[in-house]
Amino acid sequence: MLEIKNLHAEVEGNKILRGIDLTVKPGEIHAIMGPNGSGKSTLSYILAGKEDYEITEGSITYNGEDMLELGADERAAAGMFLAFQYPIEIPGVATMTFLKTALNAQRAARGEEELSTPDFMKLVREKAADLKVTPEMLRRPLNVGFSGGEKKRAEILQMALLEPTLCILDETDSGLDIDALRIVSEGVNKLRSPERGMIVITHYQRLLDHIVPDVVHVLSKGKIVKTGGKELALELEANGYADYVGEEA
Amino acid sequence: MTAQNQRVLSAAETGFEEAFAATHGKQSDGLGEARRAAMARFEATGLPHRRIEEYHYTDLKAKLRSAFALSAKAEIVAPGAVGEVETQGRLVFVNGRFDAALSNVEALAGKISVSAWAEEMGAEKAEVQAHGAAAFPRADALVDLNTAFVQGGATITVAGGEKLEKALEIVHVAKGEGASFSRIDLVVEAGADVLVLESYQGDSGAYLRNTLTTLEVGDNAKLTWVKLQEEAESATHLASATANLGKGAELSQFLLDAGSGLSRSQFAVAFNGEGSNAALRGVSLLKGDSHADITLSVDHKVPECNSREYFKAIVDDKARSVFQGQILVKPDAQKTDGQMMVQSLLLSESAEVNVKPELEIFADDVQCAHGSTTGEIDEDLLFYLRARGIPEKEARKILILAFLGEVIDELDDERVGPLLTSRISNWLHV
Repeated sequence: MLEIKNLHAEVEGNKILRGIDLTVKPGEIHAIMGPNGSGKSTLSYILAGKEDYEITEGSITYNGEDMLELGADERAAAGMFLAFQYPIEIPGVATMTFLKTALNAQRAARGEEELSTPDFMKLVREKAADLKVTPEMLRRPLNVGFSGGEKKRAEILQMALLEPTLCILDETDSGLDIDALRIVSEGVNKLRSPERGMIVITHYQRLLDHIVPDVVHVLSKGKIVKTGGKELALELEANGYADYVGEEA
Repeated sequence: MTAQNQRVLSAAETGFEEAFAATHGKQSDGLGEARRAAMARFEATGLPHRRIEEYHYTDLKAKLRSAFALSAKAEIVAPGAVGEVETQGRLVFVNGRFDAALSNVEALAGKISVSAWAEEMGAEKAEVQAHGAAAFPRADALVDLNTAFVQGGATITVAGGEKLEKALEIVHVAKGEGASFSRIDLVVEAGADVLVLESYQGDSGAYLRNTLTTLEVGDNAKLTWVKLQEEAESATHLASATANLGKGAELSQFLLDAGSGLSRSQFAVAFNGEGSNAALRGVSLLKGDSHADITLSVDHKVPECNSREYFKAIVDDKARSVFQGQILVKPDAQKTDGQMMVQSLLLSESAEVNVKPELEIFADDVQCAHGSTTGEIDEDLLFYLRARGIPEKEARKILILAFLGEVIDELDDERVGPLLTSRISNWLHV
C-alpha cells in the first residue's frame, strides 16, 4: 500500500533523508527506530505532507497514488494519519467542533455523506471512553491545557475517529507514564486490522512490548541501515545504536 | 516666506467651504452661529494631515481627493437587516436625517425618551449643537465639520434605574453619493442598563459619512455599545465619539470595523467618577486597499477606575490597519488599572499595520500595560488542521475565527456574540 523509493529530502541545504526505501503492506506494523537526529520525525512529517522540506529525489506512492503531488489534507483524505509527537494547542477551536469538521471534511473529500450531529456525538463518546478522554477534555479548546498524556490520548482518539488506512505514530510513547502508555497502546492495538498499515516511530523498545511490530528498521543519518524482525528492537535496547551510527561516518 | 499663508486648499477642503457658503453660511439663528464658528475653525486648520500627530498614519488631506456635495434627503423602503438580536425600539437615519416612518420609538415610552431632529431644526437646538462641539476633548477637524454641517440626530435618554434586556437599535443608511453628517447624544441615567446596537450601512456609492456620538453613562449605570461599521466598500466613514462615565459606571463597547475603503473611528473616554470600568474592544476586517484607523484616548481623571482596550485586526491584500491608543492617568487617579492589547494577523505581504500605544502616567500607584503583536497565520497550526483532512482554505478560516473569537468571548454578551461571530464568518467566506 505504501511505497517509498530512494527518498531524499533536505531543508535549507541540509540533507536529512539520504535515500529511504520502505514498503508497508496492509496489516503490517513497521517500527522505525534510531538515534536523535537520524531523520525519523522528518520522515513522518514528509509522509504527512509538511511543506518545509525539499524532496530532491525519490517517490512516495500510496495505493498507487503519487503522494508528493498531494497536499496534507488530500493525503489525510487518502487515508494517511500522523499522530504528532508534539500535538499542537489551538486556542479558540473547540475540540468537538474540530473533530466534527475534520471527520466531515474527509468524508466530503471521499464523496461520503456528512455525519449528523447526534451520530457524531455518539461515535465520539464511544471512542473517547475507550481512551479515557473525558467529556470535559472534549469541551476545551483543542489540546489547550492538556497534559502530555492527555494530548497523546487525544491524538489516538482522532485516529480512532478518522479510521485511517495508514497510521504513522511519531514517538507516541514520549512523555507517557506506564498507565498512559498502556491506554494509548490498547487504543492503537484496537485499530490493528488486516487492511490497516502502521509505522511506529520510537526511540525505545518499551513501546514495542505493547505494540508488537512485524518489521523493525534502524534509521541512521537519513538511511535505513538495518531491517529485521521484532527481535532487532531487543538487540538495540541491549547494545544501543552505536553499531549503526558508526557505519555511515 | 510665510508658510502659513501658503496653505493650498485641497479639492475636498474647497468643496466643504463652498458647500457651507451655499447652505448654512447665511443663517442668522443661534444654530447658524454654532455652525459658522465650527466652519471658521475648519477653515483655519483644513483637513488633518500627517504632520498633525493624531493623524500621522491617516492623512485625510491626501486621502480625501475630491469634493463631496452634501447628501440629499432620501427615502428608502427599509434598511438592511441588522441581525438576529432581540430589539425593543429602532431609530433609522437616512443620509444623516432621522426617518420617523421607518423608526419605532413608541414602544420605548417611559423607559427611553427620544428627541430626534432633522436639519430644518430651529434655534432651540443651538444648545444641543454647542454641546456636541464642546464634548470632544481636543480640537478636531472632523468634529468641526460635523458641527458645521450636521443634518440630523437624536438625543436619547434612558431613564434612571431602567434595566433593558433587549437592544435599542440605531440604523444609519446612506443612499447615493454625497456627505452625510449626523449626531447621536445618548444619556444613560443613574442605575440604568442598556444595550445599543448601531449599524452603518449603505449602497455602493462613494459617499462620505461623518458622525459624532456623545455618551453619558451615569452613576452605577451600564452601557453596552455595539457598533457594526459595514459601510459600502467605496465609502468613507469618519466617526468621532466621546464617553463620560460617572461613579461606578460601566461602559462595554465593541466595534466591528468591516466596511468602507477609508475609515477613522476616534473615541475619547473620560472617567469622572470613581470605581468605573470601560472596556473598548473591536475587530477590524480589512482587504483590498482599505485603510482603517482606530484612535482611542482614555482619560483617567479620578481614582480606582479600570480601562481595557482589546482590538484585533485581519489585514489582507494591500489594506492598512492603524491603531492608536492613549491612556492618560492624571495625578489624582491612583489605583488605576489600564490595559491595552492589539493583535493583528497579516494575510498578505503587502498588508500593513501601524500600532501606536501611548501611556502618560502622572500617578504613582497604578497598573498600566500595553502589548501588541503582528504576525501571520501559524504554519504549524495550519499543518495540524490540514493533516486531519481539513482543506487549507477552511483551515485558514478556522484559525482566523479562533483568533478573532477571543475578543467576542471577552465581550461575553450572549445577546450579540452569535451575531458578531456570524458577521465575521460571513466576511471570511466571501
